[in-house]
Amino acid sequence: MTTQSAAQPSTQSSPGVEVALQNLVRTYGSVQALAGFDLTIEPGEMVALLGPSGCGKTTALRILAGLERADEGQVVVGGKVLTDVPANKRDMGMVFQAYSLFPHMTVLENVAFGLKLRGVGTKQRAARGMEVLALVGLDAQHNRYAHQLSGGQQQRVALARALAIEPSVLLLDEPLSALDAKVRTQLREEIRRVQVEVGRTTVFVTHDQEEALAIADRVGVMSNGRLEQIAAPQELYERPRTRFVAEFVGLTNRLPAEVDGDSATVLGSRMPVLEGSVTGRQGLALVRPEALGIARNADGNGFAITSSFLGSLSRISCRLDTGEEVVVQSSSGEAAGLAPGDRVQVTPRAVPVLVVAAD
Amino acid sequence: MRQTVLGRTVRGIVLVLFGLFFFFPLYAMLDFSTRDFQGGRTGEAWSQLLQDPTLTSAIIASLVLALLTVVGMLVLLVPTMVWVRLRVPKAKRLVEFLCLLPLTIPALVIVVGMRNVYSWVGYLVGDSIYTLAFVYVVLVLPFAYRAIDNSLSTIDVVTLSEAARSLGAGWGTVITRVVVPNIGPGLLSAAFVSVALVLGEYTIASLTNYENLQVVIALLGKSEARTSVAASLATLMFAMVLLLLLSYVGRGRSVREGKSQ
Repeated sequence: MTTQSAAQPSTQSSPGVEVALQNLVRTYGSVQALAGFDLTIEPGEMVALLGPSGCGKTTALRILAGLERADEGQVVVGGKVLTDVPANKRDMGMVFQAYSLFPHMTVLENVAFGLKLRGVGTKQRAARGMEVLALVGLDAQHNRYAHQLSGGQQQRVALARALAIEPSVLLLDEPLSALDAKVRTQLREEIRRVQVEVGRTTVFVTHDQEEALAIADRVGVMSNGRLEQIAAPQELYERPRTRFVAEFVGLTNRLPAEVDGDSATVLGSRMPVLEGSVTGRQGLALVRPEALGIARNADGNGFAITSSFLGSLSRISCRLDTGEEVVVQSSSGEAAGLAPGDRVQVTPRAVPVLVVAAD
Repeated sequence: MRQTVLGRTVRGIVLVLFGLFFFFPLYAMLDFSTRDFQGGRTGEAWSQLLQDPTLTSAIIASLVLALLTVVGMLVLLVPTMVWVRLRVPKAKRLVEFLCLLPLTIPALVIVVGMRNVYSWVGYLVGDSIYTLAFVYVVLVLPFAYRAIDNSLSTIDVVTLSEAARSLGAGWGTVITRVVVPNIGPGLLSAAFVSVALVLGEYTIASLTNYENLQVVIALLGKSEARTSVAASLATLMFAMVLLLLLSYVGRGRSVREGKSQ
């Protein structure tokens, strides 16, 4: 899922800057969008803010962009406090969720708009505009207007426009959410390629976990205006620190567990427990589908309900004799021949698991 | 098929009847203004339009008033409406209500109400017919508001403004280089309607003792009926041309939008 081969931030030669959001608080009436939000981003790093609607991720991004004001807290970029600096003086490029190209301008005029405001000469503007359009593969369309482009092309132009001004920070506010699935996948890879190429510090807001895990150096999961956990995609998936993170990122089965020291007994098997788990008592283990093994067994502990073939993998829903429903992800070879109604033995593998207090 | 033919015939008849209804008075005005009472036709009344100094100065005054009104209306309304959409969307209803208010107040009441204000206007900027532009800006608000609001609704003002801001644009640049170019047809509509309204305004100018085009036409009607009618017809035709331009602009926009979809 993740493109980590290209995902290492090139911090040594990176033109990116460090970004720090410190204790941000923002309230709209009785709703607290941000409740002491802290985030530090390394120069050249791409951080995705992930969370459900209303968790405050877009508010945090807009405060960083200067489009919203925080009630409390500070925005520090490259060592400078920007909290009271207006959006047009922050030197940040932003791509929005909604199509934001200026309809009365051509693609090239759109891309050169920020340069024009900075007093760059006509020839240099055109040259730089064509350069960034080439970066997103749209230099041939430079004379077109927004309404002559597809949604994906419009967002690529918006990305080029944001990059043309060589911003200190690149902000992406759910730029793919208006696009269809195929274009989304292509464009997210393209965004990552361009980001690595230009080395800008980037904040990418999304509610799509696959998107976040696929392209970010680190993913910050937000809930109720706070950062629940920020970590590299694999760590976030494999070692969630809170119940919210475990349940929000990826599929999770809840199974009764008895914690004893640094391991827990789940379905009769021992699993090491992760930091943040409950200690010395019963709880619920949040177990990934791939952390469970399955085999046909007449004396097993449950039976298969459905089986979905996903290519090299298969996903099998089972009902355990204890009443729980679990989803098991296993290789299609291992799951071959399993049919709904078959008796199966579901066995946890010895991978670290988060155990939380029972509901 | 038969119904289509019948429908077309009915539409044609209705169109002709309405055409006659609207154009017959204009024809009658043309006929009267070119009639020579000794027999035959004369263009004397029409040539008087440019030769009568009172009428000429009234025409100039009305045209300047129209220009001042359009400029005042645009300067007042465009930034206000953009600002309301961007920063205080909750105030949209209030601004709309205030802008539509002049429609519901009779001109006579407006004049009475503004007498005190105008004594200050006269004191501050002098006693000139051009001070009428202040009240005309208020009078055209309902029509101008509608036209501009419709245009603003066709674009995502918030996102475009934020995009421009993030690229380094100040508020002035956002309005002049991003918003205004995208609501051109609405601004033109508002301007045309304002011009037509100012050129046809009589009550307020008359009650405040200023001589604009309509007041002079009315005065002329008592002594030079044909010249008065010629001036009225010229004003009507001018307003009609403006409205035709307006519908052309509107149609041009819908055709462009249609093509883009």
